[in-house]
Amino acid sequence: MSYESPTRINSPVRIRLRAFFIAPGAAVMGLFFFVPLLIVFAYSMLTRGPYGGVMPPWTAESYSRIFDSLYGEILWRSVWIASVSTAICLLLGFPLALYIARSGRHKFLLLNLVMLPFWTSFLIRTYAWMFLLRDTGLINSALEAVHLVRQPLPLLFNSGAVILGLVYGYLPFMVLPLYASLEKLDPALLDAAEDLGASPWVALHRVVLPLSKAGIVAGCLLVFIPCLGAYLTPDLMGGGKTVMVGNLVQNQFTTARDWPFGAAAALLLMALVVLVLWALGRRGEDLV
Amino acid sequence: MKRFLAVYASAAYLFLYLPLAVLGVFSFNDSKLAIWRGFTFNRYTRVFHDSALLEAATNSLIIAVAATVISTVIGTLAGYALWKKRLPLLTNSLYLSLLTPEIVTGISLLAFFEWIFRYLRVQLGMHTVILAHISFSLAYVVIVILARLRTFDPALEEAGLDLGATEWQVFRRITIPLLLPGILAAALLCFTVSFDDYVITSLVAGVNSETLPMVIYAMARRGVSPEVNALSVMITGVLGVFILLAGRLEQSSSRPRRHT
Amino acid sequence: MGFSSVLPALALCFQEVNTVLELRALTKRYLTHPAVNGISLSIDRGEFFALVGPSGCGKTTTLRLIGGFEEPTSGGIFLDGRSVAGSRPYQRDVSTVFQNYALFPHLTVAQNVAFGLERRKHLTKPEIRTKVEQALALVQLSGKEGRRPDQISGGERQRAALARSLVLEPKVLLLDEPLSALDPKLRKQMRTELKSLQRRVGIAFLFITHDQEEALSLSDRMAVMNRGALEQVGTARELYQQPRSRFVAEFLGGVNWVNGAGVRPEAVRLSRQQPGNGAHSLTATVQSSTFLGNCFHVETRLANGVCCTAEIAQNGCELAPGDSVHVWWNPSDELRIADQD
Repeated sequence: MSYESPTRINSPVRIRLRAFFIAPGAAVMGLFFFVPLLIVFAYSMLTRGPYGGVMPPWTAESYSRIFDSLYGEILWRSVWIASVSTAICLLLGFPLALYIARSGRHKFLLLNLVMLPFWTSFLIRTYAWMFLLRDTGLINSALEAVHLVRQPLPLLFNSGAVILGLVYGYLPFMVLPLYASLEKLDPALLDAAEDLGASPWVALHRVVLPLSKAGIVAGCLLVFIPCLGAYLTPDLMGGGKTVMVGNLVQNQFTTARDWPFGAAAALLLMALVVLVLWALGRRGEDLV
Repeated sequence: MKRFLAVYASAAYLFLYLPLAVLGVFSFNDSKLAIWRGFTFNRYTRVFHDSALLEAATNSLIIAVAATVISTVIGTLAGYALWKKRLPLLTNSLYLSLLTPEIVTGISLLAFFEWIFRYLRVQLGMHTVILAHISFSLAYVVIVILARLRTFDPALEEAGLDLGATEWQVFRRITIPLLLPGILAAALLCFTVSFDDYVITSLVAGVNSETLPMVIYAMARRGVSPEVNALSVMITGVLGVFILLAGRLEQSSSRPRRHT
Repeated sequence: MGFSSVLPALALCFQEVNTVLELRALTKRYLTHPAVNGISLSIDRGEFFALVGPSGCGKTTTLRLIGGFEEPTSGGIFLDGRSVAGSRPYQRDVSTVFQNYALFPHLTVAQNVAFGLERRKHLTKPEIRTKVEQALALVQLSGKEGRRPDQISGGERQRAALARSLVLEPKVLLLDEPLSALDPKLRKQMRTELKSLQRRVGIAFLFITHDQEEALSLSDRMAVMNRGALEQVGTARELYQQPRSRFVAEFLGGVNWVNGAGVRPEAVRLSRQQPGNGAHSLTATVQSSTFLGNCFHVETRLANGVCCTAEIAQNGCELAPGDSVHVWWNPSDELRIADQD
């Protein structure tokens, strides 16, 4: 049962109370989210300082550098990896979400079991895959032990490993909205489809998929965007060889000490995120 | 089809848990390599003797607790206010902050602090980390609180007003007690998110405030890490318990049990 | 339309000492439509007043305006002669029993009942405890003090909600469809309990419902509301037997409209032969006869095509479809409608 928020009356006491409640949250958002972004924007228009940091003059040089071939390649790789990861998540996550949605009493338990790994530690889970995949890792050691290979397989430090890491990391984010969508699906619809002569696959295609569109879109959004801006996974699983936008930005702000360039790259990433969000017509409240 | 789904689901769950399980098993391995040599608690004891590790763990704990307390309070108040009166600007900002890539949040906060430090004689340290954690965990708290409020009957507050309580008294005596499971769930979530953060923390931590994720990252990067497995198992265990608790609280008695 | 112009004038002339609650041209307008459209009403001390109407007619909104949960667009609400405009619910000496009782789930029954009393600083703990016990005894809930709302039955929850409001001794008790959440048998039982409770405490009850039977049986006076306006105010008898509009007539019971006059089914007499007392009768054919347990529900079709329904007592003559009957009634049973619209 869900309720509408009651009608409010605006008496002075209540307005003061409301302001008191909202103020800290709004201050945090304003001060620690918007202002920093503004500063990043400002920095992207400045020149790099001698020891890192920024200094005048104002220039749009960073942005013009952005569109040279190197950054373009990184951007394209990021989009490609994010897209592939999202697609794989969708393929893997849909049957799982369908299973959970139809599992009756155990729904919550099964759902929690999916979400549980996600909430423990992203870093640790990424490290777990490193433990499995690296040259001295479990898989290679096992394969060598049974003499299936003579040299360790390069399972880690490539794009494939990054995609695997991302899929593993964000699969629960695909499953959750899919589940929410599929759970609302009236099982009677599928019975009706069967009654009218449709095979399970046809029913899936003509009934389930169209009706779970909202969940699919939400899931893709919740996976694509973090993947686009991923830093940790390409860094650890890609070994610094698979550079995505996130790595570039981090690099510019630490090692390379070219803050304006890093700022421009970060803003471009942010712009891409906002674009994707806007393109799919999503507003904040729809996600919950 | 049901059978296929069930088999598939089992495989999927295996995929999700296998790496962690492997990590767990090998944390008891008496060898640095990934070949089983013998059972030992060695690594666990080593963790507790590593002073750098313990210091990092303490830092992480302090930061997480501070950020959780502050974030939960601010987030609960904000969520409640948003439930009463919709403010699309604030809600959308919160959700945007949730979806913003961590690297962007991290460098923006780094730039922000660096700019502020031109005027205040402060450095990057625990305090900047705590502020950073508050800023990105706020959205989580608000989401949980709003979700909980959606099942809250407004008539309960009206009844309180009707019986003579002011708005503030209603909030303290009726709303908060009934919201408590949700608030605790939000706090646990907040703690987990804060404890585990690497990207943002590494950018704003400065020199002297290493956190546990930063240590783990360094160890993972280096590849040689007898203690990381044990550490990972412990952290996963504790956080896992927290999350299960949070989940329990979120679903607990949000609906009154119907009595005939 | 008549009431909204007459009553305010009357109110200005007379100062009713007996009036505990007065609404003057009360209006609540939302963006698209007026939910409450200029209603004026007086409720006397100690009276059981029912406000009845179809869903969406504005009765709940009226209650919320009186309770202080919404502010009127215009018009006034006067409690004991003093305006309550702008005051918050906790400043008004009225109490509301909500439709789903709104008992605080985290408090026991006793704590629920004590809630309002605890807000009153001048009462000591023992005093509060005594009052709580008295209130629970009044609604026959003694012994359930320590239970939580989810541990008691629906009927008990309703009584707890009543106790919680009554213990504060408000000037008016507002009840928002309190019986609608109960099953029919329990509803009937609670009806009598509610009526006797009101008699005992002597507080004015403003009871809203969409069930006309409840309104008719419980009220001292009642009003029928439709689309934000009051159609008629009076005693149950007055409204039932002398409805001033078609809407009121049809809302409170079945009506047969025959040749411009209305007659209630229970007043319609049927006989095979011409009635001997000289009453004007019409010929009709029986369409159907349904046994409802305590009466027969007979549908007939008059010569001019109009359908006429009669409710005949059990021991009436056995009628079958196709039978020819004479339909007649006592002229004094006719409903004369003032304005037909």
